[in-house]
Amino acid sequence: MSEGIVYWLQQTLNALQLGSIYALIALGYTMVYGILTMINFAHGDVFMIGAFFCFLAAVYLGLPFAPTLLLTMLGAALLGVAIERLAYKPLRHAPRVSAIITALGVGIFLENFTLALAPYPKNIPALLENITWDLGGVSLSSLQVIIILLSLGLMFVLDYVVHRTPVGMAMRAISWDKTFVPLMGVPLDLIISITFAIGAGLAGAAGTMYALAYPVIDPYMGIMVGWKAFISAVVGGIGNIRGAMIGAFILGGVEIMVTAFFPSTYRDFVAFTLLMLLILVRPYGILGKPRTQKV
Amino acid sequence: MALLTATRVRHYFGGLCAVSDFNLDLQPGELVGIIGPNGAGKTTVFNLITGVYRASEGSIRLRDTELVGKTPHQITALRVGRTFQNIRLFRDLSVLDNVRIAHYAQVRYSPLEALLHLGRYRQEEQRIIENSRRLLSIFKLEHLAGEIAKNLPYGSQRRLEIARALAIGPELLLLDEPAAGMNPNEIDQLMEFIQWIRREFQLTILLIEHQMKLVMGICERIKVLDFGETLAEGPPEAIQNDPKVLEAYLGEEPVG
Amino acid sequence: MAQRWLLPALLLVGFGLAFAIPEYNLLNKYVQLVMMYVGINIILTVSLNLVNGYMGEFSLAHAGFMAVGAYTAALLTQKVLPVAAYPGLFPLAVLAGGLMAAVLGLIVAVPSFKVRGDYLAIITLAFLMIVKSVIENIDTIGGPRGIPGIKKLTTLPWVFFWTVFSIWVVRNFVYSKYGRGVLSIREDEIASDLMSVNTRRVKFLAFMVSSFFAGIAGALFAHLLQFISPRVFDIIKTTDVLIMVYLGGIASIGGSILGATVYTVLLELLRPSTVAAMLAWLPAVVFDPLNEYFIRHLGVWRMVIMPLLLVLVMLYWPRGIMGLREFRWFIPKRDLEAHHRQPAHGGNHGVAHGH
Repeated sequence: MSEGIVYWLQQTLNALQLGSIYALIALGYTMVYGILTMINFAHGDVFMIGAFFCFLAAVYLGLPFAPTLLLTMLGAALLGVAIERLAYKPLRHAPRVSAIITALGVGIFLENFTLALAPYPKNIPALLENITWDLGGVSLSSLQVIIILLSLGLMFVLDYVVHRTPVGMAMRAISWDKTFVPLMGVPLDLIISITFAIGAGLAGAAGTMYALAYPVIDPYMGIMVGWKAFISAVVGGIGNIRGAMIGAFILGGVEIMVTAFFPSTYRDFVAFTLLMLLILVRPYGILGKPRTQKV
Repeated sequence: MALLTATRVRHYFGGLCAVSDFNLDLQPGELVGIIGPNGAGKTTVFNLITGVYRASEGSIRLRDTELVGKTPHQITALRVGRTFQNIRLFRDLSVLDNVRIAHYAQVRYSPLEALLHLGRYRQEEQRIIENSRRLLSIFKLEHLAGEIAKNLPYGSQRRLEIARALAIGPELLLLDEPAAGMNPNEIDQLMEFIQWIRREFQLTILLIEHQMKLVMGICERIKVLDFGETLAEGPPEAIQNDPKVLEAYLGEEPVG
Repeated sequence: MAQRWLLPALLLVGFGLAFAIPEYNLLNKYVQLVMMYVGINIILTVSLNLVNGYMGEFSLAHAGFMAVGAYTAALLTQKVLPVAAYPGLFPLAVLAGGLMAAVLGLIVAVPSFKVRGDYLAIITLAFLMIVKSVIENIDTIGGPRGIPGIKKLTTLPWVFFWTVFSIWVVRNFVYSKYGRGVLSIREDEIASDLMSVNTRRVKFLAFMVSSFFAGIAGALFAHLLQFISPRVFDIIKTTDVLIMVYLGGIASIGGSILGATVYTVLLELLRPSTVAAMLAWLPAVVFDPLNEYFIRHLGVWRMVIMPLLLVLVMLYWPRGIMGLREFRWFIPKRDLEAHHRQPAHGGNHGVAHGH
């Protein structure tokens, strides 16, 4: 293969890896937004806690990859539900911005609580034997394959749950109308809890994979990744699950490609400029529908 | 000379034709009603006149000024006031502020004078407070000036919305279902009231209404819309007896 | 009414104190420093409240405007203006910082014509990131390393002056036709437009005033901290200001002053050194274990306690301490009277509904 194509393939692979992690987190943002029209700014920190759960399970419990992943997802899901019950539920009828600020507060709490317990960055041991294949110049690691396939698998499962199961139907119904749908026997609180559990569980999975791919973790790692994932959700059309996945891969792609062609310090500049332009051209995202205001 | 002239106005939402070939000729001082079943395009006509939507085709003129292409605040500043089908007050603001806000185009001071409270600021503020209170007292709302708008009873909110529309200093007033949610007794009062403000403020009024009692009682001319098209136009007696109207509209909903 | 002379008198006393405190060391240096931070945070909070509270948008760009003001002023005092010889030139640098930020505020206002709510929030976030990234990539202004060794020109009297000035200007703006336009945009933008409010002009002005004072605060901050870098003005800085705005309460100047003061002072009070100093009178038998097991660890745990407090405030006070309410003194007499010429209803307890 020519050098150019090899280079492109390599970058595409990297973009897919970054994009899958963004996508798993973006799904949580978009699902919660879809149901509560609330931006859950603590979500990036749930991702960070996921990475730390992974650390605990791998180092203190000495678990291998699969149980670590499951335990992390479970732990993150419980955390997500607890946050919703304790901090957001009482504010469901308060001004929207109160819930957003509460979410910011919860996020800062999670960051500094973790910092208080773990003042120094932690190293994640290699849970998987990392084999690197050389495919005509393109290097492909088993870790990359696992991250991409696992993320895609989780996304397909989620897409199936949301579009093909009764729980998913209830979720979609509630995101459509929160006043009358519960009157038809849909348990509002339960569905909201399930939404948070799924979203946080996926963030936990993202945390594990991120920790495996970039094995030094610290309490503030969730801030930037969280914002990027949130941006992915917006780019795709916030509230739209498939949009969040597409947005995440676009953002991952843009970031990797910018770093490939410009000095890496330009990454944020180009990524955010593109984001700004996109929102100005399509304010409702790629798959979102414009909301018409009735006069 | 006509105050408002609409010529062959069309409007599409996507592929759907919401208003087609709408013509209107409103003389100064007239009181004209627009009726028609739900979805007939009545409110769309108001939105086209006030610039919320831009007409796909045709022309709307206020005297000599073309309104198509102007923004709502530009059109409003040309002294076109309106109310809304579902009350759209500034709900968390005081009754007085609701009325004061509508003076925006008439207040003459610069941003710098506003930031430093200098120059014309004081006298202009005093003037609009006086005018706002005058309007509120006409609408028997003066004692509620400091109240938050959303706390008012429904009827007072309706009155406040009209007071706010008048604060613009309109020549042309567009009322979108002013009698919605009122009982027959209240409708009688509203009819008298509309005619009174028309005289007092020298208004030309265009109104949308479902309450036949009000439309037939005070309008000089009625325009019937159905599926975006003008079905009939004429004085109340003619409309009441128009077979086309009876079939399309009055037939399904007996005259109330 | 007594208020007519009370406010000018208070301001005069305040100014006198602002000069006297550093001159005669009436309070220790640390307390003076905290007072200056409180002032700067009040400027930031009051100005952000204009866009986020009064106008009801969710701007995340404030730290970006702050950065622009800080860099402009710092570069002026470092490289252009001979402030060493003429310290009187410092206010010019601060003003330039504010103006530069205001110009950028105009640019951010443009997307707000088309986009609202969460999408505008993202645009302001993008703006913040772009500002940070641009600074990082310009080597002549220090790039990611920032500017060290800025002269300490920010003094208590200057902070006091700019704080009072920003409160006064924002309050004037709020109680003008433009300010009412801002409120009406928050309530219902379409209705606002249909009530003759030139919404674009109003948004321009609101963003301009808001970013101007963010720039001023940035300039003061730079000459107090004596070191700035892009990292100082990241999203965490914006988050701090957001917390102060919503803690104090939206659409309230009094609330912003309260929010900024409470938040800043509380953070300082929770410092180990402060707590230790406050409890030093305890007998050693009590103090030593307390210090060993509690006070010494506050450095980390205060940042855990603060967000918890914020969440609790939000749960019990979803609109913040003073949400949508205002202290009587910030409301022009004309407005108060116009609202309450008739006997007022309901107990007001010295706090009036401003709007």
